[in-house]
Amino acid sequence: MRTPDRTNLAPTRTWVDAAAVAAAVSAYGLSYGVLATAAGLSPAWATLSSVLVLAGGSQFAFVAVLAAGGSPWTGAAGGLLLNLRYVAFGLSIAQVLPHQRLPRRLADAYVVVDESVALALGTAARGAPSAAVARRFRAVGVAVTGSWIGATALGAYGGQLVADPQTFGLDAAFPAGFLALLAPWLRSPAGRRAAISGGLLALALVPVTPAGVPLLIAGLGAFAGWRHEGPDVLPSPTHQDEDQVPGAQGRP
Amino acid sequence: MTATTLLALAALAVGTFVMKAVGPVLTTGRSLPPAVARACALLPAALLAALVVTQTFERNGGLALDARSVGLTVAAAAVWLRAPFAVVVLLAAAATALVRVAGWG
Repeated sequence: MRTPDRTNLAPTRTWVDAAAVAAAVSAYGLSYGVLATAAGLSPAWATLSSVLVLAGGSQFAFVAVLAAGGSPWTGAAGGLLLNLRYVAFGLSIAQVLPHQRLPRRLADAYVVVDESVALALGTAARGAPSAAVARRFRAVGVAVTGSWIGATALGAYGGQLVADPQTFGLDAAFPAGFLALLAPWLRSPAGRRAAISGGLLALALVPVTPAGVPLLIAGLGAFAGWRHEGPDVLPSPTHQDEDQVPGAQGRP
Repeated sequence: MTATTLLALAALAVGTFVMKAVGPVLTTGRSLPPAVARACALLPAALLAALVVTQTFERNGGLALDARSVGLTVAAAAVWLRAPFAVVVLLAAAATALVRVAGWG
């Protein structure tokens, strides 16, 4: 529902969108804080992990491997593979931001997350000047950063009250969370192909390979979607409709 | 929490920042070849699906059908109805816990 007059780039609109993203991200961060501590990270390290990594999907992948008793290195490798998309995202956003000094560019790099890039590229695509694009990118980036870290801390320190993760079904919270994260990709044919291939590869490999290996090899499933040509093939969240609640999936 | 865990976490943090910084720091106006960009954009779909599968069906190095699969089914329904993230997670956990109370998995 993009109408020509919706090039409304008033700062208020940007802050309203940033607040909506922050609310969605908070719910997600709360879950991460609870699950990270249940997986064995101390509340302080769980919170610090959100400061240092600031990429929710990969943090979930990391603590999921820990919770399952796998090697932390496998968790880190899986998380890094998930974050490979930020190379592409960072290159895209760098093309529409104004040129600036190195410290500013490093700060921008830190807040490269799905929501900030998606919302900023959305306005850039409608012809906004680069100063307005930069303002939107940074506003959403700051909103995601603050809410993600704050909510992680709340969940991490509050979640300690949970005694045995299995009793409360917390082990099932991981696959449920990953499924929710996967949802935007399932809406495109290429994304569905990649997801089905990755899932089947993992299922086939679990009984015959050491823990963690199925995850790394399943990445090859991306090539199943890669070969599928068509107008709607790019499944990345950068193509989400701006008129939906931004960041409704709450995915930093 | 071991030193290995913290080292791996540090590797994840540093690697993630490096990947985020490639664009903003090194380039002004360059982009990845379309094929590479596509592969990067699709990689999370394959990996997240693999995580869903392994986290639901893996047990002690083999495959198992237990209470988690009920939780995943409930989560799938919630995702289908576009429930918010926290609701999906809570419903899945609650369903799994209930099934365990009832004595399965």
